[in-house]
Amino acid sequence: MQFFGGSDISPSPPAPTASGHNAHMMYMFNRNGVCLFYREWNRPLRTLNPQQDHKLMFGLLFSLKSLTAKMDPTSAEKGNLGVPQLPGQGCSFHSFRTNTYKLSFMESPSGIKIILVTHPRTGDLREALKYIYNLYVEYVAKNPVYAPGTPIKCELFNTNLDQYVRSIS
Amino acid sequence: MPAAAPRSGDAIFASVEHVNAELFTLTYGAIVRQLLTDLEEVDEVNKQLDQMGYNIGIRLIDEFLAKANVSRCVDFKETAETIAKVGFKMFLGVTASVTNWDADGTCCSIVLEDNPLVDFVELPDTCQGLYYCNVLSGVIRGALEMVSVHED
Repeated sequence: MQFFGGSDISPSPPAPTASGHNAHMMYMFNRNGVCLFYREWNRPLRTLNPQQDHKLMFGLLFSLKSLTAKMDPTSAEKGNLGVPQLPGQGCSFHSFRTNTYKLSFMESPSGIKIILVTHPRTGDLREALKYIYNLYVEYVAKNPVYAPGTPIKCELFNTNLDQYVRSIS
Repeated sequence: MPAAAPRSGDAIFASVEHVNAELFTLTYGAIVRQLLTDLEEVDEVNKQLDQMGYNIGIRLIDEFLAKANVSRCVDFKETAETIAKVGFKMFLGVTASVTNWDADGTCCSIVLEDNPLVDFVELPDTCQGLYYCNVLSGVIRGALEMVSVHED
């Protein structure tokens, strides 16, 4: 299993018309921690280099999932803390909000994780994340030139994603 | 927000674009024919079909998960049922049935009543032992592996 396989994608330049974009950034990871996709539309502050940023994000999600599952008051069966869970099993968190941003998360049973960081007053983005997953299927999974498990470099996906993100509130 | 109920295979099949069935069958037949000519060994062809199916399966699983809206299956029985009822319906337009469960519940057969891949096909005697639809088992293997179900 290849954890944090050297993904050397630099953040893609923000779209020319940054105004009107409601989201700050988006990440996509696969089940092995490889960052498949990263896009930013509005990120004034960058504290880490891209690799560390991706690793931090993946580690955060892994820990959060594990923690939320173990703290679940309704579930009868709990494994030991730190035991990795199969994607989709048990309870899973879907968003957290701070005073400056909201992070929304979705994981498919095949391990594809989609993270969207938006402004704090955004509503529930679960449907939006599902739609983005559909976009991924249409433009990336069905793309014969794309090798699964590698960073996504697909213009159509980028364009459609930008268009969609502009429309969510 | 309540989770959406899983969509039935029929509904999804109706909503996706269709390819002409004969084109699909004949293209597959041509592929198998060409593999037989190139590789000559029936075992090699079976392996190639399985590998092709595997490569398809690892991408297909995402499309299936995105469109079918099913949550994680609790046990293998449910997995087999989902593949047969929703999966095959969604991609091939035919419903399969699950039979032949063994005592442990670890082994079963999925039977396709009318398999679009084998329309108009007759196997000559020289091809005994060819698993004509091996691509399908490769697809299932690839798809299940992406959701962490390892099987033979």
